[in-house]
Parts: sequence; C-alpha cells; structure tokens
Amino acid sequence: MIGALLGEALHSMRANRLRTFLTMLGMVIGVAAVILMVAIGQGARLSVDQAIQSMGSNLFIVLSGSTTSGGIRMGMGAAPTLTLADAEAIAALPPVLRVAPVVPQTAQIVAGANNWSTMVTGSTPAYFDVREWPLASGRAFGAADVRAAARVAVLGRTVALNLFGGEDPVGKTIRIRQSPFTVVGVLAAKGQSLDGRDQDDGVVVPVTTAQRKLFGTQFPGSVRMLMVQATGAEAMDEAQREMARLLRQRHHLPERADNDFDIRNLTALANAAAQTTRVMSVMLGAIASVSLLVGGIGIMNIMLVSVTERTREIGIRVAIGARRRDILMQFLLEAVTLSVAGCLAGALVGVAAAVAINLMAGMTVVVSLAAVAAAFLIASMVGVFFGLYPAQRASGLEPIEALAYQ
Amino acid sequence: MAAPPLIRLEALRKSFATAAGPVSVLNGIDLDVDAGETLAVMGPSGSGKSTLMNILGCLDVPSSGRYLLDGRDVGGLDGDERARLRNAFIGFVFQGFHLLPRVNLLDNVALPLLYARVKARERYARAATALERVGLKGFEAYLPARVSGGQQQRVAIARALVNRPRLILADEPTGNLDSATSHEIMRLFGSLNASDGITLVLVTHEADIAAYARRLIQMVDGRITTMRTRPATQAAS
Ligand SMILES: Nc1ncnc2c1ncn2[C@@H]1O[C@H](COP(=O)(O)OP(=O)(O)OP(=O)(O)O)[C@@H](O)[C@H]1O
Ligand SMILES: [Mg+2]
Repeated sequence: MIGALLGEALHSMRANRLRTFLTMLGMVIGVAAVILMVAIGQGARLSVDQAIQSMGSNLFIVLSGSTTSGGIRMGMGAAPTLTLADAEAIAALPPVLRVAPVVPQTAQIVAGANNWSTMVTGSTPAYFDVREWPLASGRAFGAADVRAAARVAVLGRTVALNLFGGEDPVGKTIRIRQSPFTVVGVLAAKGQSLDGRDQDDGVVVPVTTAQRKLFGTQFPGSVRMLMVQATGAEAMDEAQREMARLLRQRHHLPERADNDFDIRNLTALANAAAQTTRVMSVMLGAIASVSLLVGGIGIMNIMLVSVTERTREIGIRVAIGARRRDILMQFLLEAVTLSVAGCLAGALVGVAAAVAINLMAGMTVVVSLAAVAAAFLIASMVGVFFGLYPAQRASGLEPIEALAYQ
Repeated sequence: MAAPPLIRLEALRKSFATAAGPVSVLNGIDLDVDAGETLAVMGPSGSGKSTLMNILGCLDVPSSGRYLLDGRDVGGLDGDERARLRNAFIGFVFQGFHLLPRVNLLDNVALPLLYARVKARERYARAATALERVGLKGFEAYLPARVSGGQQQRVAIARALVNRPRLILADEPTGNLDSATSHEIMRLFGSLNASDGITLVLVTHEADIAAYARRLIQMVDGRITTMRTRPATQAAS
C-alpha cells in the first residue's frame, strides 16, 4: 500500500514539475550549503592542525624589541637588540631545551639558468631540531660550518624544485646575492604555515655566514629573533619568566623600563588559532543549517498551497474510499520525497562545489560522510515535520465540503 | 421470508447548523429500495435531493432516523468503516464527473481499487475491462480534459463499477450533457442494471431521464410527496 501511495505522490509531483523543482530547490540549496560549509570548516581545521603539527612543539619566539626613534615607536624586530650571545645564554637556562637564532632576509638565488627569489634564513643546526624538520636528502650544516661561516645552504623543497627541477641539488652550487654556496641538503616538505605561507619556500644557511657575508648589517652580531623550545609543555611558564629575567639583566634594563624584546608563546597562539577555526567551523555549519530550515518551511508552504489547490481531488479520493490515513500518507510521502530528493541533489551539488573549490582555489576541504549522512537525516526529518501539518489538513477535510470546493 | 431491502430509511432527518440557526433539509424520509431496483429522484432545486444522496452514499450522516444498508445500520460506523463501505459497496457518479484532472483515464478508473488494496497488475486489468465495458477501449492513456463530457461521464461510470458495487448513486449524471449523450449514458446505466443487477438511484431534473427508472419519487421541502412505480415491461423502453 505504501508503494502504491508513493506512486500517487510521485505522480502528482511529476504532474507539476516546475513547482516540484522550485520546492526542491530550497532543499537542494540548504543541503548543499550544509555540506559545503562543513567541508570548508573541517578543511580549515585540518590545515590549522597540520600547520601546528609542522611548527614544532613547546615553542617561543623572542623578537628583537621596539625602540622609540624620534617619538615614533617602531615595530617589534625593528631594532636589533638580540644577539647570538643572548641565544647562548638562553640555551643554558634549565627549562630551555634549545635555541635557534634567526636572521631572515629575502634574496635572489641563481642556479645555472634558473633563478628564484626566496627567504634566506641564517641560523644554527638547532633550527632543524626546533622546527622538527627532517632532511629529504643530504645533511644539515653543523656547528663547524657555523664557526667557520661556511658558504653552505640547505634548500626548502619548493626552492629545490624551482631551481633544479627533478634533479638532486646536493653538491651543486647556487649563488645567493652573487656569492656562491654549496648545497649540502634538502629539507622534507612541510606545507603551509598557520598564516598560509609556503614553509618550503626558503633556504637555510649558517647564521654567521648570513651576518658576515650575506646581509651586511649595521649592528654586527645581532639577530632578528630567537626560536626557543622549552623542555616540555609544563616548563613553558617557567621558561618564559626565566628568559624575560635573563634578557632584562643582560640588556641592563632599569626597573621601570619596558622590555626591549617580545616573547611570544607560539604554542598558545597556535592553540588559539585552532580554537578559532573550531568555532568558525561550527558557526558555518549552524548558519548553513538555517537554510535547511528555510528549505523545510518552503516545503510546508507549497504543501499547504497544494492541499488547498487539491481540495477537490482529496474529496474525490475520499468519496471513492480513501481512508484518512491514506490521504495523510500520500501527502506525507510527497513531502518526504520532495525533501529527500532535494537532499540527494543537494548532496551532489555540495560535494561538487567542495571539490571545485578545492581544485580552483586550492583550499583544503574535507567532505565527511558523517556530514552528508547528517544532512540526509535532517532533510528527511524536515520533510516529515513540515509535511505533517499540511497532510493532516488534507486528511481532515470533510468529503462533501471537499467535493463541493471550487 | 423476503430478502431485506438494500436500502431502508426510517424517519430520516437532516439539518445543518448555519449562522442563522439550524436549517432543516430532510424532514422525515421513509423509503425502501430493493436490490436490483432503479429509482429516480426528482424535485425542485433545494428540496434536499443531493443531501439525501450524500447520506445514502455514506458521505454524510443523518441528524436523526435510521439508515440500514443491506440490513446494516450505518449510523454507528466510524469514518474508516464508511470509507470502506463507499469503496466496496457503492459507486458514485456526479454531475461534474469528478475525475482527477492530471491522471489518465486508466489510472482514474483504477483508483478505487488502490484504496481497496488490490495489487497493481489486477488493478489495471480490471480498470481496462471496466473502460472497455463503457466503450472506451483505446482511451486508457488520455487525460480527462482530452475527451468529451459524455466520455468523461463514461469514465466516471467505469470508475463507479470497477469495484463491483451493489449500488450506484448518480446525482444529476446527465446534468452537464446534451440530450443525445444523456440518453446514451442512461442506456449504459440500464444495461448495468439489467446484466449485473446493480441497484441504481439517480437524481434528475428531466422527466425523460427519470423515465429510465422503474420507480420515481418526487421530493419537496425535504419530504417525499409522490411515489410512482411502472410495470416491469415499461422500464426497459
Ligand atoms: N452544508 C450545508 N449547510 C447548510 N445548508 C446546506 C448545506 N448543504 C445543503 N444545504 C441546504 O440544504 C438545502 C438542500 O440542498 P440540496 O443540495 O440537497 O438540494 P438539491 O435538491 O440537491 O438542489 P439542486 O436540485 O439545486 O441540486 C439547500 O437549501 C441548501 O442550501
Ligand atoms: Mg443537488
């Protein structure tokens, strides 16, 4: 009997194609929006999680401090207040595991006929440990290279690809700002950072080489920032306190003076970012769910119109022997079929849109089966919920009045 | 012992509640209709003919009095039981045909069988037979709007007889048809009555249509005023 009534429902949906299509459209958009938004939200969470994973754990960055010059406060890092000696002193603190100084500068790099502009980072071997960054081939430079200010370089994957294509660059020579460097290693791929930069687009050289031979600076021995790794998550607070105390002492800052450095807990920042994406992802889903609700109300509206429009049809059906529940079931099935069919189409549209966004904008999206299943469940429930009232109206009609209805 | 009448009405009354107070439409109807009979109901507009037909068809219930259908008191039945009775026992033919406009003729005729829970294959076989019976073989896939009024009324008759009812109720079945078509429809009713023994109660305003019935009642103000029965030989003419 359900099959036969479903046939009746499908029949009247087919008899009024345009209306069926428009009613379903609300559902299609709602479901597509939910699936797409959840996919985008989950994608954002995934890339943030990956970025955090690739950042290294229990990390601080210590930035060279701001100075006031002529009444204008410069940004952090503008004045070179940190030195390699500071780095060594911090590394000796008990809650600190290791410290990597960072002297960054963009530079043009040439290898044979190819050239590439990228970020050149001067640092120490500790850098690779702090960033938890393994090598894909070759070796990292060592302490001896730093001492000797050797012209050696470790390439990020993007740089290696752009300069050498498929070839292994290890042992080859590159020119950074005209001076020749020997490539000793290539880093493993790391992907995007939290702020969306390509972390593999960079070159690492010994910090001494960067300071003395590459980027002549007016403040010899100074570094832009330090990357500090604490011994563990529980040592973070102590490490931050100790570093501040030590640096103030080393920089001879009077009691009242502001810090001339800035310590940022990267791990805390990353967690905040993760929290933000989590909230955003839930919000996106919630907003999209509202459109599902709107789609459901659209179905109810059309079903109510349809019941009025088909009053005589209902009268005829009742006169020739339809029972109350036959009529109820027919209209309910119609509403549920509308919403489920709309949901199917919406799922297709949503997944297609997610894939398109991924391909065209390169955005990470995660289409989860759970989201599709949930959208389906909600859509059927919306169909039943919003179909029930019109169906009850239909089945409650008095046969004579329904028959006489013009 | 004689078989009980198919229809027995005892002191049947019907009144409607309106804004201006209750309106009494049927004022004590006593009537027996035997199985296999043909009965025509005539009377001026507003005399309560359609109201009576609705009660006979279990579409409405009397305010007081008794209605026995095949010996069974219809008064105590609930909505679903009346629906079953309409479906299995009674066929309706209306002045306005009352076909489903968006459904083809075969599906229209098969509809009562759907509500009788008959399987699809049998539904369509029986509907096709019924359409053939009313002379519409070959029109199965047409929509109602694509055939003439007379043909639509034939479809309605096919639908009324598809579930093999004992009783067909026809409220002004020829009211929307020209006179030649009206007589065709009446001959069709006559043959159903003659060959299948289906009891026919019909309402009409035209004497020549009423003449197809063996018995005639006149109604005025919700009462039966005259009743006339013809000899059996004349009924077929
Ligand atoms: N639901 C109702 N509520 C109030 N009054 C009604 C209702 N149904 C019928 N009536 C009244 O009952 C009276 C009889 O109506 P009915 O339709 O039975 O007449 P009829 O004999 O079939 O007339 P006609 O020949 O015009 O079809 C009319 O005056 C009508 O207004
Ligand atoms: Mg009438």
